[in-house]
Amino acid sequence: MAIDTDKLRLTMTVNGEAVDALVDTYKTLLEVLREDLQLTGTKHGCELGECGACAVLVDGEPVLSCLALAVECGGRQVRTVEGLTRDGRLDPLQDAFADLGAAQCGYCTPGILMTARALLDREPHPSQQRIREALSGNLCRCTGYAQIIEAVELVSKSHYTENTEAPENTEQGLARSTQPVVSSVLPDRIRS
Amino acid sequence: MKSIYRTVGKARRRVDGRAKVTGQTRFADDIVLPRMLHGRLLRSPHPHARVVKIETSKAAAHPGVHLVLTGEHFPIPYGILPVSHDEHALCPDKVRFVGDPVAAVIARDEITAAEAIALIDVEYELLRTIASPEDSLAHPEPRIHDYGDEGNIHKLVALQFGDVDAAIAGAAHVFDDVFFFEGNTHLPLEQHSAVGLKDPDGKLVVYSSTQTPHYLHRALAKALAMPAAHIRVIATPNGGGFGGKSDPFNHEVVVAKAAMLLDRPVKITLSREEVFYCHRGRHPVLMRYRTGVTADGRITGIDLQTLLDGGAYGSYGAASTFYTGALQTVTYQVPRYRFRGCRVFTNKPPCGPKRGHGTPQSRFGQEVQLDKIAERLAIDPADLRLRIVAPPDSLTANYLQVRTIGLADCIRQVTERSGWREKHGKLPHGRGVGLACSSYLSGAGLPINWNELPHSGVQLKLDRSGGVTAFCGATEIGQGSDDVLVGIVAEILGIDPFDVRAVTGDTDLTPVDLGSYSSRVTLMMGNAAVQAAERAREILAEAVSRKLAIPKDRLVFAARRVFDAEAPDTGVTFQEAVCLAEARFGTVGTTGSYTPPKSPARFKGGGVGPSPTYSYTAAVVEVDVDPETGWIAVPYVWIAHDIGRALNPTLARGQVEGSVYMGLGEALMEEQVFRRLPARLSHALVHKFPSILEYKSPTSLDMPEIVTDLIEHPDPAGPFGAKEVGQGPLLPIMPAVANAVYDAVGVRIDEIPITPDKIVRALAAKASGKPARVGPAAFPAIGWPEPILVTPPDEGGDGRASNAPVRSKRKADAGIEATVTAKA
Repeated sequence: MAIDTDKLRLTMTVNGEAVDALVDTYKTLLEVLREDLQLTGTKHGCELGECGACAVLVDGEPVLSCLALAVECGGRQVRTVEGLTRDGRLDPLQDAFADLGAAQCGYCTPGILMTARALLDREPHPSQQRIREALSGNLCRCTGYAQIIEAVELVSKSHYTENTEAPENTEQGLARSTQPVVSSVLPDRIRS
Repeated sequence: MKSIYRTVGKARRRVDGRAKVTGQTRFADDIVLPRMLHGRLLRSPHPHARVVKIETSKAAAHPGVHLVLTGEHFPIPYGILPVSHDEHALCPDKVRFVGDPVAAVIARDEITAAEAIALIDVEYELLRTIASPEDSLAHPEPRIHDYGDEGNIHKLVALQFGDVDAAIAGAAHVFDDVFFFEGNTHLPLEQHSAVGLKDPDGKLVVYSSTQTPHYLHRALAKALAMPAAHIRVIATPNGGGFGGKSDPFNHEVVVAKAAMLLDRPVKITLSREEVFYCHRGRHPVLMRYRTGVTADGRITGIDLQTLLDGGAYGSYGAASTFYTGALQTVTYQVPRYRFRGCRVFTNKPPCGPKRGHGTPQSRFGQEVQLDKIAERLAIDPADLRLRIVAPPDSLTANYLQVRTIGLADCIRQVTERSGWREKHGKLPHGRGVGLACSSYLSGAGLPINWNELPHSGVQLKLDRSGGVTAFCGATEIGQGSDDVLVGIVAEILGIDPFDVRAVTGDTDLTPVDLGSYSSRVTLMMGNAAVQAAERAREILAEAVSRKLAIPKDRLVFAARRVFDAEAPDTGVTFQEAVCLAEARFGTVGTTGSYTPPKSPARFKGGGVGPSPTYSYTAAVVEVDVDPETGWIAVPYVWIAHDIGRALNPTLARGQVEGSVYMGLGEALMEEQVFRRLPARLSHALVHKFPSILEYKSPTSLDMPEIVTDLIEHPDPAGPFGAKEVGQGPLLPIMPAVANAVYDAVGVRIDEIPITPDKIVRALAAKASGKPARVGPAAFPAIGWPEPILVTPPDEGGDGRASNAPVRSKRKADAGIEATVTAKA
C-alpha cells in the first residue's frame, strides 16, 4: 500500500532563521530537521517518544521532535542544539557540559542541553531535585547523570559563563578551554 | 602533592568535548551523501525455522526499489571469533531467532524500503524451538548449529588447578550455593547505523558505529571475498557501545554489498526494536559455587560450574564461557581452583560481551557467597576480604599475573567513607549496607586472531606549523579514547592537548588498534602513544641540542617550548623545534607499537583471562527496602577504584559513575527476557519488551548520590601507570546491592535482577518459616569433560597441562539442590 506522500508547505522559524519548505506530510519534526534541513545535531534513540534524545524547543517548551508532526509546527519558533551557540560562542550550559564530563558519547547531549536550557529559562535557580525531574525523560547510558546534574547546577548556581573576551580559537580561548571558568555574574539571558 | 605532569592527571575538558556539546560529533546516521539510498532488513517472525522459499519479485518491482538481496547473495559465513564463523549477512537456509534477517531492500528512502519489505513472501518450515538452557541440554535435536561440542551445547570447558576436591574436603566449612544472573542488554542510545559506498577508485568504504573497525574490516574481506586492501572501514564515534557494537553485524555487510553492486552510497540505520534483536549482551548465567574455607575465612579451594544461555549464534561466546571462570583468583587468594563452563545455543538473540564480559555474573555469585561466609564465621565482610586479598606481583593458581593491587586500599576507603562499621548490621530494619569487590582486565592479553602482531599502533606526524597529528585505529565510543591519545602525546611533547589532532578508527589512515573492548585502549594505545611520542621527542631534542649546543638530557619539553632546564629562557618554541628537526632529518614522523607480555599460562584455555595488569574496585551500597512492597531505593553508593593513575580524572570519574549507574540498572531492573506467544498466534518465543519504555533503565530520578574515589598507585605496565576504568567499577554493584538487601531485611536474593516481587516473596517465605531466599533451586547435571589438569605455580607447576583429556571420556556430575543460609 502506497503511503500518501503529498507535500505541504511549511513555514516556521528554526534557530532564528525563517524556513520555508515543502515537506512530506507524514514526516515528524525530527525527520524534517535532520533530513530536509540537514540539522543533524538533533538525535534519535527510539523514534517512539521514549528516550528524550530528540528533544528540541518549540516556542521555548521542550518537545520530543519524534512525536511532533512537522506540519503542526507551522508558524512556530523551533530551537535546536545548533541554535544554542550564538555568535561563535557556546551557551554556558555547553561549556559546563564539556568541562565537567557531562557529555561522554554525546548522543543524548543535544536533547539534554535543550531540556536543561528550557528549565533554566523558566527557572533560573532550580533545586537539584527540580533538575533531576526536568531531565527524567532524557535517558543517558554513559554518565550515570551525576556530571550532567552538576553541570546544570553549576550554571544555575555558580554562574558559569563563557569567556566573552576570548573567542575559542585564540591562545587565551584555548587556555580557558582546559580550565573551567566560574564567575559570579549570571549571564543576562539566563536571568530573563 | 604537586604533579610533575602538566596534562596527565589534570581534570580537563576532553578534546572532543566541544563537538559533543554542539551536536557536531558526526555519528553514522548523521552521514548524508549525494545519491544515497536507504535499506531495511526483513527479519524472521519465527524463532527456529527452515527458509523454504523467498519470493521477492513484487518487492523488486515496487517503484523506488533499487535492489533486493537474500541469502543467496551472501554465501560466505563470518563471525567475530575464528572458532565460530556461523553467521551470514542474510540467512540462506535457516533462521535461528525472532529477528534473524532473511532479506534486504535498498530503495530511494526508508519508507519505500519498508513498503517493499512488506511485499516479500517467505515460506518457512517451522522447527522445534529451543527456549532455554534446560531445553538445550534435554534436546540435542534439532541442532541450532551443525557445529559445537555436541547437540545444542556450543562449548564445554573444564580446567583444574590443583587437587580441589582434597582442598574442599579438608576445609573447616564448605559453602555450596547456586546463583542466577539474568541476561540484560547494552541499550546504547544510538541505534546501530552503517553507510557503504564505492569510492571513486572503485574500492569499498564502510562507515559504521562499530567498536571494532579492524574486526569489521576482516569480516567484510571474508564475507564479500574482497582483498582487505580494497576495503576501508571508518568507525564513526559511537553513541554508546558497552560491548554491543563489537561484532560484525548483518546490516554492515549488507550496505557494503549493496553499495558495490549499485555504485551508490547505501545507508541502513536500525530501529530500536532491531537493536534489541542484535543484542550480544550479558549472557544469562546459572552458576554453582562450592567453596572451602578455613575457620578464619581463608579460601582453601573453589569448585565453580557455570551454565550460559548463549542465544542463537557463537558471537564472543567461547571467550565469554572462559571469562565466567577466569578472574575469581585475581582478587582473593584461591590456592586451588576448578572451573567448568557450558554454553548452550537457544533460539534467542545472540549473547556476547557487555561491560565486564562474562565476569559480572560469576563475580555476583562469588561476592554474595563471601557475604554468607563472613556471616557464618562471624567475621565482618570487609575484614574477611582484607584478610584474603591477593598479594601484589603474584601468579594465581590459574596463571594470571597480578601486578599492582590496590584492593585493600579500596576496601578501606569505602568502608571509612560510608561509615560501614557503624552501619553494617546496625541500621534499623529496612535499611542496610552491602560491600563487594571486583577486578577487571586492562586489556585482553591475547588477540582474537592469534598472531604475533602488535595490539595497538600509533603514528605521529609533526608538522612545521607546530601541529601534531596522532593516528591510531582506536575507536571513540564515548569513553574518551581520542582524549587519552592526545593527552599522552601532548604531555610528552610539552604542548597543549588542543594542539594535537586525533585521527582514529580508520583502516586506511590509521595503524591497527584491535578495538574498544576488554578495557584495553588506555593501556595498549597509551603505551604505543608513549613510544611514538618519546621517539618524536628524541628527534626534536637531537635537533635542538645541536642548534643550541645544550646536552639533550638537559632539554625540557613544556609550555609549547623546548628549553634548557638550567636556563629556562634559553630555548626555542615547539614549532621552531619541529622546523629544526625537519631541516636536519627530513619529514618528521614516528611510530609506536604495543604488544602485551606473554602469559605464563601454557595450557589450552589459558588464553582467556591474562592481561598486562588488573584494575580493582570496592563498593558499598546503601539501600532502603520497604518490607511491605519490596520497593528498593538506593540513596548512596561509595566506590573506590584502583586505576593506577587517572590520566584525565574528569573522564575517569565519568567511567566509574557510569559503571555504577549501569550496575544499578542490572541489579534492580534491567533484563532481556522472552515469552511465548499464545499458541493461536504461533507459540513463537519472542522478546518480552523490545522497547526503551518497557526495558526499564534508571533515570536521573533513580540515581543515588555517588561518592567516587580513585586510588592511584601507578602500575609499571600502564602508560604513566594507568590501568583500566571503563568496566571494572560495574562489577561490585550488583552483589553489593544483594548484600545490602540482606543487611536491610534479612533475605537472600540469589539472583539478578533484585526486584520488589522477589523481596516480598522472600519475606513471605521467611515469615512462614521457610528459607528466606529467592533464587535458583538447583544446578542441572551436565556431562562435563575430563578437566585439563594444571599444577598451580605454588605447587611447582610450570603453566603446562599435565594431561591431555580425550573428549569422549565424560563423567556426569550430579545436579545439586541449593544450600540456603538464612538470617535468623
